[in-house]
Amino acid sequence: MVPNLVVPTVGDYEAARAAFSWADARAGLDGLPGGRGLNIAHEAVDRHTAGPGRDRVALRWLRRDGSVTAATYGDLARATNRFANALRDLAVGRGDRVVTLLGRVPELYVTVLGVLKNRGVACPLFAAYGPEPVRRRLALSGGRVLVTTPALYRRTVAPVRHELPDLEHVVLVGGDGGPGSGGREAGAGGSGTGEPDPGRGGPVLAFDRLLAAASDRFTIPPTDPEDRALLHFTSGTTGAPKGALHVHEAVVAHHATGAVALDLHPDDVFWCTADPGWVTGVSYGLVAPLAHGVTTIVDEGDLDAARWYRILEEQRVTVWYTAPTALRMLMRAGADLARAHDLSRLRFVASVGEPLGPEVVVWGREALGVPVHDTWWQTETGGIMVANLAGAEVRPGSMGRPLPGVEAAVLARGPDGRAAVAPDGAVEPVDAPGVAGELALRPGWPSMFRGYLHDEARYRACFAGGWYLTGDVVRRDADGWLWFVGRADDVITTAGHLVGPSEVESALLAHPAVAEAGAIGVPDPVVGEVVTAFVTLGPGHAPSEELRRHLLGFARRRLGPAVAPRAIAFDQDLPHTTSGKIVRRLLRARARAADPHGSREGPGP
Amino acid sequence: MTPAAAHALLARLLAGVAPEVDLDAVDPTASFTEEARLDSLDFLNLMNALRDEAGIDVPERDYPLLQTVEGFVDYVASHGVGGA
Repeated sequence: MVPNLVVPTVGDYEAARAAFSWADARAGLDGLPGGRGLNIAHEAVDRHTAGPGRDRVALRWLRRDGSVTAATYGDLARATNRFANALRDLAVGRGDRVVTLLGRVPELYVTVLGVLKNRGVACPLFAAYGPEPVRRRLALSGGRVLVTTPALYRRTVAPVRHELPDLEHVVLVGGDGGPGSGGREAGAGGSGTGEPDPGRGGPVLAFDRLLAAASDRFTIPPTDPEDRALLHFTSGTTGAPKGALHVHEAVVAHHATGAVALDLHPDDVFWCTADPGWVTGVSYGLVAPLAHGVTTIVDEGDLDAARWYRILEEQRVTVWYTAPTALRMLMRAGADLARAHDLSRLRFVASVGEPLGPEVVVWGREALGVPVHDTWWQTETGGIMVANLAGAEVRPGSMGRPLPGVEAAVLARGPDGRAAVAPDGAVEPVDAPGVAGELALRPGWPSMFRGYLHDEARYRACFAGGWYLTGDVVRRDADGWLWFVGRADDVITTAGHLVGPSEVESALLAHPAVAEAGAIGVPDPVVGEVVTAFVTLGPGHAPSEELRRHLLGFARRRLGPAVAPRAIAFDQDLPHTTSGKIVRRLLRARARAADPHGSREGPGP
Repeated sequence: MTPAAAHALLARLLAGVAPEVDLDAVDPTASFTEEARLDSLDFLNLMNALRDEAGIDVPERDYPLLQTVEGFVDYVASHGVGGA
């Protein structure tokens, strides 16, 4: 394939918008045979196995030990059939939540797709979460099955398993001498309960044995497009993490946006660097590319500039979806490292997770040979909503324009910074260019979340005047491009994912020396924002470097590196409202005043 | 720098980046991310601390060599100056 001859999926933006309909997008998928509905796993896997796509590599995992594991669409169909059968044998079925706590290993992908075939709800959790975020999310999910590794189980789950009454089955992947490597688990495909092992948290099953004992033939039962399929946790300013629920119909948006926003074509080799513990790693690291029948690269390792360039070169990646933090880390490594590799196959590069500074777009042109296309969406939207599109002008620093099929508005804000909602529920779209307002989307796209698990009130609060309110403040320029201004709430965006300040604060408050804590994001040139906590000590405790480090370690042990603060400062005078709540906005202003050079350049025009 | 000094330096730097890590309990041949639960930003902070506090500026292309306790100690012992 000659990259330059690939015609972008969207040529004329206005014409594409006018011509687009979600019904047409649905027609690009097959549906279950015999009109039995729509199932993500059928579109992503089984439908390709009827023809030559069966022998095409679906997923190619680059393992931590340097080896490569590849699965064709045919292999993937059989493995996911086995896992679906194994679930059925465990009497786990429709609507049941199956949680994964795994790195980017093949078993994660087999589990998610097997769960979807069995009409369960897949809930991948990020493996770098500490015990506290895992316990909260597992408890909220009501997961009946957890698939994880012996090490993660021992460290993160076993100590709290007795607090998780819904969790019936723990399935362990691989063996490292911990529970799961022994021979005493229940026979795979049997009753599903092993011998109780209270010392290690309870009975466990072995993934490989479950799979080996299950049939590789499975017929996906009738699936309603509105059947729940995926559960992704995201963070708000206050309260518990929010479990956003998505349905099988979401695959219509994953497939359509894979073409429109990521420019996927049949012969592409695609690499999405996101972990499936975040929504991007499922919507675009799994569903969208598989629905297109392309080959997807999965790198099990962590970010390493030299290895990443080698992957782009050796795997002949044509379309790459990554994050601003990763790109900024590559920038630090220098353009020479990029130029030492043959990246000529790379046709399209896109980014998501946080604002993409114009300097990164420009750097992409120089170092990668192609500009970086920013895209914008959220856990709740399930798929890309706003993007700089292939074949269209890239405005460096802009989020892009709403995709075909997506209606967006900028809403006038009230005193709290969110969209102003009148007593009758009305909101006021701002048509004038350059005015900052809350970004809102008209519900109706297929991958829109259908609820927050167990929290209908919070779900309803996301909508006003017929719009979904995103919580992001943007400006629209005279030509319709959107520019990110900031969050309308106190949620922290670090290394491309959201951290709820209250989750950080409550972990610190569990320490006896801490009387009060406020967590904010402090601007950082590489990761966007660094999670930073300000701590007021209780009587009898004096600030010291030793105590600061002790608290840092305490928070990291509970929360894991993905959520824990990287910096802690003592502050005996935290700013409060008259009702006694900490004002994080004033904390941010203090942090800016203390480090005026720490702020990054604004992304707006 | 002697290997023992390099090991002590690592312990000191880790105490700033990830104080919860007990270096003696970490498998010296396993990667920090696997064994000590550092993420890539923690590792970057470790490299920054190595530069700022010990004057050893590791080029990015060498980062993979320092991903384990053993690798870190070997690298720093052969690149570091003085007894630090």
